[in-house]
Amino acid sequence: MIGIVGYGSYLPRYRVKVESIAKQWGSDPEAIKRGLKLFEKTVPGMDEDTITISVEASKNALKRAGIDPEKIGAVYIGSESHPYAVKPSGTILLEALGIGNDVHVASYEFACKAGTEAMYTAYSLVKADEMEYALAIGADTSQGAPGDALEYSASAGGTAFIMGKQNVIAEILFTHSYTSDTPDFWRREHEFYPRHAGRFTGEPAYFKHVVNAGKKLLEKSNMKPEDFKYAVFHMPNGKFPQIAAKKLGFTLEQIETGWIVPWMGNTYSGSSPTGLSAILDVAKPGDKIFMVSFGSGAGSDGFIFNVTDKIVDVQDKAPKLKEMLDNNKIYLDYGEYAKFREKIILNQ
Amino acid sequence: MISPKYAREIPQRYRLEAAKCKSCGKINFPPRLVCPRCKSREFETVRLSNEGKILTYTIIRVSSDTFSHQTPYAVAIIETNDGAKLMAMIADSDLNEIEIGKKVKLVFRKIQDEGVWGLHCYGYKAVLI
Ligand SMILES: [Zn+2]
Repeated sequence: MIGIVGYGSYLPRYRVKVESIAKQWGSDPEAIKRGLKLFEKTVPGMDEDTITISVEASKNALKRAGIDPEKIGAVYIGSESHPYAVKPSGTILLEALGIGNDVHVASYEFACKAGTEAMYTAYSLVKADEMEYALAIGADTSQGAPGDALEYSASAGGTAFIMGKQNVIAEILFTHSYTSDTPDFWRREHEFYPRHAGRFTGEPAYFKHVVNAGKKLLEKSNMKPEDFKYAVFHMPNGKFPQIAAKKLGFTLEQIETGWIVPWMGNTYSGSSPTGLSAILDVAKPGDKIFMVSFGSGAGSDGFIFNVTDKIVDVQDKAPKLKEMLDNNKIYLDYGEYAKFREKIILNQ
Repeated sequence: MISPKYAREIPQRYRLEAAKCKSCGKINFPPRLVCPRCKSREFETVRLSNEGKILTYTIIRVSSDTFSHQTPYAVAIIETNDGAKLMAMIADSDLNEIEIGKKVKLVFRKIQDEGVWGLHCYGYKAVLI
């Protein structure tokens, strides 16, 4: 049996409400809340980035897995906000966690699906018997340009998964990936903010890839939407995953537990992985979970998980996602938010 | 240029590695060549507990240039649960909530940047629990 042996998430304490952003740009917050189903989002502290978020999420995953970090043979971090253009985030993380130096490290980038790429590769290496454990992380401190619609959604957080064969808590039964050249969203080298093609991001990008990956995954597994207790899709806003669920035949009840985007925002590479983390926090042995990510450019990775008896032994060993989402919040106004996100030009 | 010093201190800054004296048991952080208590030179490497309490603190309102956008912030002397003492910034906290004796957890944060072109320097900070 191969799958997840430990998982853990981290969300910063800071939040900004849709009202604060809308007020700055003269927009109607009620229209945004209704249209995008977003209420507030996480904001990283000035001393937080993809690396610090990945380290804290991985510490929680290690607490649940209860393994010696030195047994981890690969570290893959998926993010579109790696702090260095050249120097993999994992080099710093492996020192912080005491993983040692006999390890394969890489940074992944694929807009919002870099985290599930890391998960797929980590799982595949364990399956190929190359190593006992592999660590996969999806984390981001994503940015939206001032006044852009992305400002309401782009948030910060991440989730780490340790893949292995011993004491598996969620077995990976099937995977499928679907990828094409779709120019819906991109960022050129040296540009600070990404560009997106407005309405082009919906039908030919998000829905096409999520639905095709999802359909193939159902075909491959010979399973039906009713066979699943939970489903989680990439969450660029509140509305898209609800529509994708319906298109594939899933109900809103099935996506409810992992649908954390209205209060978390879109944590990009950490979006569907963190939704999965919220599901694993409450899942019971035997539950089947359906997951499909999405990254602009564009592609989707799909997974089917079967939750095992071991899940109940690890759920309480680290903070749960809902606790991080609902407690200890510090609200920022737009000015503080702009300073935190370095949107204000300063003298060097 | 702080890179060489920063790289040397990675085991302490990233994962709280300390030197425990093999003869008297004193935990030295940062590690030393000679135990200040018993003069022994034999140590084993241990990782400090990441929890502890505030022994004392101060609030920085006028900082060096590096931290000027983060003022006001608190810097504390923390005693970890295994008895080591270290200095750390306190992150994510309402300054009015900080008190001597309060429990803290050490977390991994970015401490400073070497200007716009240099290294990001990481290490530990304390947060109230
Ligand atoms: Zn001694």
